[in-house]
Amino acid sequence: MTTENVVEVRDLRKAYKGSEAVRGIDFDIRRGETFALLGPNGAGKSTTIEILEGYRDRTGGTVSVLGVDPQHGGLAWKARLGIVLQSTGESGSATVREQLRHFAGLYPNPRDVDEVIAAVGLDEKANTRIGKLSGGQKRRVDVALGIIGRPELLFLDEPTTGFDPEARRQFWQLIRQLSNEGTSILLTTHYLDEAAQLADRAGIIAGGELVALGAIDELGGADARIPVVRWVQDGVVRQERTTEPGRIVARLSAAGEPDRLEVIRPSLEDIYLELVGETARASALPEGTLA
Amino acid sequence: MTTVTAPALPAGHTIRSGLSRAGYEIRSYFRQGDTVFFTFLFPVLMLTIFSVAFSEAEFGRTPDGSSVTAAQYYLPAMLAAGVLLSGLQNMSIDIAVEKSDGTLKRLAGTPLSVVSYFMGKIGQVLVTAILQAALLIAVAAIAFDVPLPTEPEAWLTFAWVFLLGVTTCAILGIGLSGLPRSGKSATAVIIPIVLVLQFISGVYIQFSMLPEWLQNVANLFPLAWLAQGMRAVFLPETYAAIEVGGEWNLTGIAIVCGIWLVAGLIVTRLTFRWIRKDG
Repeated sequence: MTTENVVEVRDLRKAYKGSEAVRGIDFDIRRGETFALLGPNGAGKSTTIEILEGYRDRTGGTVSVLGVDPQHGGLAWKARLGIVLQSTGESGSATVREQLRHFAGLYPNPRDVDEVIAAVGLDEKANTRIGKLSGGQKRRVDVALGIIGRPELLFLDEPTTGFDPEARRQFWQLIRQLSNEGTSILLTTHYLDEAAQLADRAGIIAGGELVALGAIDELGGADARIPVVRWVQDGVVRQERTTEPGRIVARLSAAGEPDRLEVIRPSLEDIYLELVGETARASALPEGTLA
Repeated sequence: MTTVTAPALPAGHTIRSGLSRAGYEIRSYFRQGDTVFFTFLFPVLMLTIFSVAFSEAEFGRTPDGSSVTAAQYYLPAMLAAGVLLSGLQNMSIDIAVEKSDGTLKRLAGTPLSVVSYFMGKIGQVLVTAILQAALLIAVAAIAFDVPLPTEPEAWLTFAWVFLLGVTTCAILGIGLSGLPRSGKSATAVIIPIVLVLQFISGVYIQFSMLPEWLQNVANLFPLAWLAQGMRAVFLPETYAAIEVGGEWNLTGIAIVCGIWLVAGLIVTRLTFRWIRKDG
């Protein structure tokens, strides 16, 4: 059962009036895994996640979420999902506790309301009307509503937008805890450090296609991770990409201490920008054409 | 692909969620100052204004010779207006706003069924409309000495006209909620419709004073019939003479409202979606 997939996506396509927003992507999410979907704005992330949530109908390919086609997902299926949408603008005349209690009542096996309020750090605001909360606090209510039903699979669409650094760290703690309890999570985010902190695996979407897929520390393949040795010689910056940086460092130091020596390993952000940049360059207009 | 059999939701889930929703909706309703004023208290305010403004005027006489006051004359009209406001206006604006502010999208992702959602909405409309009618009748009786009917048949008529009216207006409100393009424009789109309907249906202006063609137009819609039904309950029997055809025509009320109710249900069933897919 450990290798069971909670999400299976094959050749997923979505076209809007002639233009294809998602052009055939494939990925799986295993049970208990946290999977991050990364990519620039307009790359097709939200379209993909909304197809999985059942909000949009696909135009091609097959999708299975908890063994069900989201286009035909019934109430019992929805009871096993938790959805934190990208943006919500409800006026909110209910208090935090009233809202959570009401939503808890819709699920067959909900979490304890006060525990969830505490988990998102809103104990002091439990009796405040949601409309009177700050943007970041409202976002925490969204997250609380997403997990109140004890979901097997949790969708988090840019969950920490508007959080201060401390709130973000608390949120990461909460997600790790959910993950430890066995919740499978699909996360989209613009913060690559967030993806690196939380996700087991990630997929990068650019231009409607999956340009990379794999474990966070293998993303982009071995080539993208080749470190760079950089130093300054005769006032000129020199660098070499190598799989054996130690050998170069040894060679350099044999001739005396190298000036400003660095061994740089590409961060997730470097790899991401490289991958997304390639797609952007490939689809850009030929040189010399006025845009 | 592993097929997982989903645990079924407990029996009675739809009903229980619907009741929970109704409680939630009613509480939200009374926390919104503007809806409380424009839909809940507005008919009471109008009744008070008409009763005071025309306190010297006489609206005909009863068979035993006592005069009919402005308050007695306007009570049935304001009850009908209340049904329209609490049902149609409140419902359509509420849903239009929920459609655009993300409430419906959020609910669409939970195990709440559309039926439970509407149980909540109609429950809210029923409760607020009943409270509103009770308040109107109490204000009329206590503040303006309006004689209330004593025969049980009159109250029976009131009960079915009221319930049929509220349900019809609520269902039509769901249908109309699709008309405004955004939550912000909802009041601007819905209120003029409601206002025009009230003016041509004998709520503010005596129905028998309108030209016949306008009466015919108004009689295509349920409000004029509801107002007539309310007059049948609260005005002396002799007033039937100035109605169309010289009678209260309760059958006509049942037929016209019934047709609108069924049509509204069909349109709602066919058109209502949690969210506009692929928008």
